[in-house]
Amino acid sequence: MSPTGFLVVSALLFVIGSIGVLVRRNAIVVFMSIEIMLNASNLAFVTFARMNGNLDGQVMAFFVMVVAAAEVVVGLAIIVAIFRTRRTASVDDANLLKY
Amino acid sequence: MSLHTTSATGVFSLLWLVVALPLLGAAILLVGARRTNRWGHLLGSLLPVVSFVLALVMFFALLGKDSSARSIDQHLYTWIAVGRFHVDVGLLVDPLSISFVLLITGVGSLIHIYSVGYMAHDPDRRRFFGYLNLFVASMLLLVLADSYLTLYVGWEGVGLASYLLIGFWNQRRDYATASTKAFVMNRVGDVGLSIAIMLMFATFGTVSIGGVAAGAPHAQVGVVTAIGLLLLLGACGKSAQIPLQAWLGDAMAGPTPVSALIHAATMVTAGVYLIARSNALFNLAPNAQLVVAIVGVATLLFGAIIACAKDDIKKGLAGSTMSQIGYMIMAAGFGPIGYTFAIAHLLTHGFFKADLFLGAGSVMHGMNDEVNMRRYGGLAKVMPITFVTFGFGYLAIIGIWPFSGFYTKDKIIEAAFARGGTQGWIFGTLALIGAVITAYYMTRMMAMTFFGRKRWAHDAHPHESGPIMTGPLLVLAALSLVAGAFLILGSRFAHWVAPVLGTIPEGQSPISTVTLTVVTLVLVIVAAVAAYWRYAMQPVADTTPVLVSPLVAAARRDLYQDAINETLFMRPGQYLTRFLVFFDNRVVDGAVNGLAALIGGISGRTRRLQTGFARSYALSMLAGAAVIALAVVLVRF
Repeated sequence: MSPTGFLVVSALLFVIGSIGVLVRRNAIVVFMSIEIMLNASNLAFVTFARMNGNLDGQVMAFFVMVVAAAEVVVGLAIIVAIFRTRRTASVDDANLLKY
Repeated sequence: MSLHTTSATGVFSLLWLVVALPLLGAAILLVGARRTNRWGHLLGSLLPVVSFVLALVMFFALLGKDSSARSIDQHLYTWIAVGRFHVDVGLLVDPLSISFVLLITGVGSLIHIYSVGYMAHDPDRRRFFGYLNLFVASMLLLVLADSYLTLYVGWEGVGLASYLLIGFWNQRRDYATASTKAFVMNRVGDVGLSIAIMLMFATFGTVSIGGVAAGAPHAQVGVVTAIGLLLLLGACGKSAQIPLQAWLGDAMAGPTPVSALIHAATMVTAGVYLIARSNALFNLAPNAQLVVAIVGVATLLFGAIIACAKDDIKKGLAGSTMSQIGYMIMAAGFGPIGYTFAIAHLLTHGFFKADLFLGAGSVMHGMNDEVNMRRYGGLAKVMPITFVTFGFGYLAIIGIWPFSGFYTKDKIIEAAFARGGTQGWIFGTLALIGAVITAYYMTRMMAMTFFGRKRWAHDAHPHESGPIMTGPLLVLAALSLVAGAFLILGSRFAHWVAPVLGTIPEGQSPISTVTLTVVTLVLVIVAAVAAYWRYAMQPVADTTPVLVSPLVAAARRDLYQDAINETLFMRPGQYLTRFLVFFDNRVVDGAVNGLAALIGGISGRTRRLQTGFARSYALSMLAGAAVIALAVVLVRF
């Protein structure tokens, strides 16, 4: 099976994820989009590992999963905290940190 | 005839005390402040007297030595030792410097004693004596210094003391301005002297007076001429010679004893000393000598002319001082034929001009500090001692036999004619004209003050001054009578200073000495009689006449010296500073401030990018990542 298909799927997933991050306001959805992007890159890593015939890409994919898990914990905690104080999960409403 | 310098032994090892004692006095009086008010003037007068006695002892010790051994150097300490540059502070006593030391401490002591009476009612008398002592110490350092750099220290010291004393009554704004004027104009001359000293070091590798004199014959004539002209610039500043003459008239703002000591007898003659002391240089630079003589003759006429029109007795005497120093500078410009007479005239002038100034002070003291001669008149009867002593000074300055000016001034006029050729005629005739004008203005001063109708103010009650003031006057009057004959007859002074200044060569005068003396005397007496007729026999207005000839109007305004200085130097200087301030404010500050404003403006615009919207940050991150990816791809292929 040609690896090109996997890479195309990976690119599509990444584009979908990044558009989601840019256009959606709900923090949870933005978070999900980021997960899509991470997994798109995981797919690319695994594909490259297959193409090169070694395990480096697979190892990297595991790392990404671990980092993503940690990030989800911290990120969700922040979103919950913001929701508790401001009663909203919109990323555009959390805009106090500016010029 | 060469002079061998030896180290100080015996009585000469006390040489440093001559300078140190007045300096100690100044330190005690100025640091001790009010605590010394009660006895400050006594200490201040005593110390110069002690210095005078020491100097007298050394003078006789010097007389006892062989004439080629009359040069003694006392090494005090090493001041600067950097590589090849080595300056020792040392004092040099020889016939020239001891003559000055005797004049400074002698006349200085008399003036200190006089000041005890003159300043008796001044609340700041102690400060006055502190400054006077500082002056005496600096002046002694100036004449005793064995290197030009040490001389320069004394030179600046007398400038400082002069500044402090001209502005002694600095609560009056015009007096304070006068002191600043003197200080600034002196500074112009000092620049010349300091550059001359640098040039000496560059040329000869030393700044000691002996070393420079020894090295002079091996240097290029151009360099020696340059040093000579720079020294002349310094001398012009200190001695109020053209073009730096304008400060002396205003310097009369100081108390009268100051005018007598600093601005007549001693400090203003420092320029003559400097030229005579540097004779080894000037003898090798005939062009510089000619310039010196021209400056002298121009100033002697300038001072005499302005003295004719002054109603202020002290300003009249100031013009006269300028003129007499012009004689000395001119004589110093004649070379070995003139040095001796320049210094001899300097000494007698020190006596009779101090006498005249102290006499003027005594008159002012009796007349409620009135200085306008148009408010004097007929004072001979009420102030007999002042009249007689002032009269002695008067006869001495116009050069009547046997008073001292007769001998010393005649010798200078003779020396001018003895130059020979056209130059001799020009210098001689101008010096003679100067003597005639001197007779005129001094007789005018004498007549307006002591003879004629009484033109006193209503509240004036003139009275003779006390013995503490008339005593010094009597001593100075006696010296005005005898000093000239003592110095000149039998060439006493010429033999005495010959080891330092060189022997006087035979002149080639076109006129015999007797004829010249008779002609001078006749002309002087004619001028004096004319002035007596005009100012004692005819009525004198008690206010300054307004309708006068243009020459008198010009002389009253000091021949427009201030206007000339203002147009040539002050205004352009002011424009230059204004331009520089403008340049600094606009261009320099503008560049610095402009750069800051530019960066601030750019930052103000750029920080707007920080919107606080996480999604816009995400967009810029994506865009950045895309650009980087694109760049990587493009570079790869």
